[in-house]
Amino acid sequence: MASLSNLARLSVLLLLLVFLLQPIWFEPLLRPLVQANAPAIYNRGSLFWLTILHLRTVFIATVAATVVAVSLAILVTRKAGAEFLPVSRSLVNIGQTFPPVAVLALAVPIFGFGEKPTLIALFLYGLLPIFENALTGLTTLPPAVMEAARGAGMTERQQLFKIELPLALPVILTGIRLSVVISLATATIGSTVAAKTLGEVIIAGLQSNNLAFVLQGGLIVAVLAVLIHDALQGLERALSSRAHV
Amino acid sequence: MAIGIIGDTERKPLAFDKLGAIVAALAAYGALLAPFATFKANRIVQGETRAIWEALPPLLGYGLIALVTVAAVIALLRTPLTVRMASALAVLVALCFLAGAAADNLTPPDNAYARVSPASGFWILLFAFALLVADALTRLNPGPVVRLLFLAAVLALVGGMLFAGVWDGLSILKEYASRADTFWAEAGRHLTLALGSLAAATVVGLPLGILCHRVDRLRNSVLGVLNAIQTIPSIALFGILIAPLGWIAAYVPGAAAIGIRGIGVAPAFVALFLYSLLPVVANTVVGLAGVPRAANDAARGLGMTDWQRLATVEFPLAFPVILTAIRIVLVQNIGLATIAALIGGGGFGVFVFQGIGQTAMDLVLLGAVPTVVLAFAAAIVLDALIEMAASDRSQGRAA
Repeated sequence: MASLSNLARLSVLLLLLVFLLQPIWFEPLLRPLVQANAPAIYNRGSLFWLTILHLRTVFIATVAATVVAVSLAILVTRKAGAEFLPVSRSLVNIGQTFPPVAVLALAVPIFGFGEKPTLIALFLYGLLPIFENALTGLTTLPPAVMEAARGAGMTERQQLFKIELPLALPVILTGIRLSVVISLATATIGSTVAAKTLGEVIIAGLQSNNLAFVLQGGLIVAVLAVLIHDALQGLERALSSRAHV
Repeated sequence: MAIGIIGDTERKPLAFDKLGAIVAALAAYGALLAPFATFKANRIVQGETRAIWEALPPLLGYGLIALVTVAAVIALLRTPLTVRMASALAVLVALCFLAGAAADNLTPPDNAYARVSPASGFWILLFAFALLVADALTRLNPGPVVRLLFLAAVLALVGGMLFAGVWDGLSILKEYASRADTFWAEAGRHLTLALGSLAAATVVGLPLGILCHRVDRLRNSVLGVLNAIQTIPSIALFGILIAPLGWIAAYVPGAAAIGIRGIGVAPAFVALFLYSLLPVVANTVVGLAGVPRAANDAARGLGMTDWQRLATVEFPLAFPVILTAIRIVLVQNIGLATIAALIGGGGFGVFVFQGIGQTAMDLVLLGAVPTVVLAFAAAIVLDALIEMAASDRSQGRAA
């Protein structure tokens, strides 16, 4: 069963790569969706290149968000930062009610058009799930384990790096996964403020009433999201099963 | 409250508060170094910034700086929570009034083109003292009813200020004034999309969740499909739905007559509905699975039928969890409905995307601010309802 679904994943990945590199092979499939003279394959740039740029934007934003969110979570769970714990919890709750489009739209007046507001919006929005999960991971460690670590004479630093972070890692990864999936989707909206992402294909399709563009842009992002979601989930399972041994 | 006072007496006199130090630093920067308002000769050109003492008449300007200083000192020292909260609220109210005053002060008389908007200093001050209020509120930990009353008071104050015209000179309200009719039409469409798709998802999702709870085989496949839908980006799902709905409108008799079209409200509604299904179904399953076996056994012992058991035992016990799903869906839908504008579905997104297209940021704000306020208010109201439902449930158990 597991190998069967792995096979399915692999073939989806291969199909995606073939589509990105040789989209023209799929033209007959998409042709019925467009009017007689309209192009059926996106012709204002390379789909492969846009996908790379899309993934790059998401990657940079997620790495930055992970570093900042995990550091903040470590800070507020130490003694020195304990005063910030209650307010940081409510900030996370409040922050998550902000719609991604609004975050993006509000970043434009400050950072101008292009890649920057998209990166900022993805970064800010990506912070929340990672911070929330890192906080959950670091505050719900089994007391017996912490007791044992202290009893073994570990310093606070050793406790953090050898016990707390490794135990919280699967939960933190779940946060990163949520953040990546949200970012993959939100990055498409970035194209409304002139960022180079796959959203460009979808928006070009919406503007010229070209269903084939909308479909190929949307499906590429959806397949990317499903594949990355699956891969990270597999990583989490592997890590948490190791942690439970 | 009582806990707060005990905690305060234990604190050393004249000790510094760490969060207060951050708030004070932000307040100093926001009040003295960052500009308070931006003045633009018309709505598109680059603006010139004005500090507090340039933007406001001297009395009000130096009054605001004095008030901010006092509140920052209160924040910096370990003072009682209620005092901190009251001083922070005083600054927030003053900021709101003075933003309007700055607009009236900076706009030359009889000039319809000039635009005044709050600048970074205003937003930093607002953020700093809102942070202080959030911290005090979290520590005071008021009950759900008090929170709802607080929200109602804040909304009433904002509504009153809007009604009294305090902010009429600000650029965002000038954008509103020139499109008041469309604003309310789009607001209505936004709410219809967000609430209507929620209602549809509840009507379909609850029975589906109950079915998934009873039939093991169904559960994994249904949740799997709904999970996969959740990973499709919103903008793409909206776009992809154009195709099937366009086909239905063209070939199914009567479909076009009831408003089903390839673009517009229909695909937006269906997309929001599909996104809403997963939280509703998943939480119904989780809620029903969490019903204690003893409660079910007792109900069976009383000779209840499956339906009676569902209606009088299982559903009431699972209700808070289901309500949590409704909160998630509502907040998410209010945000996602902005994207409907891209496929002609209307809503506040119309202003956001028009504003982005015209590089008129005041117009962007006209769409973004109501969306954020709506989502925020919905979250507070539903959080309070969930807490009430959960406490009802635990009282019921104790009795």
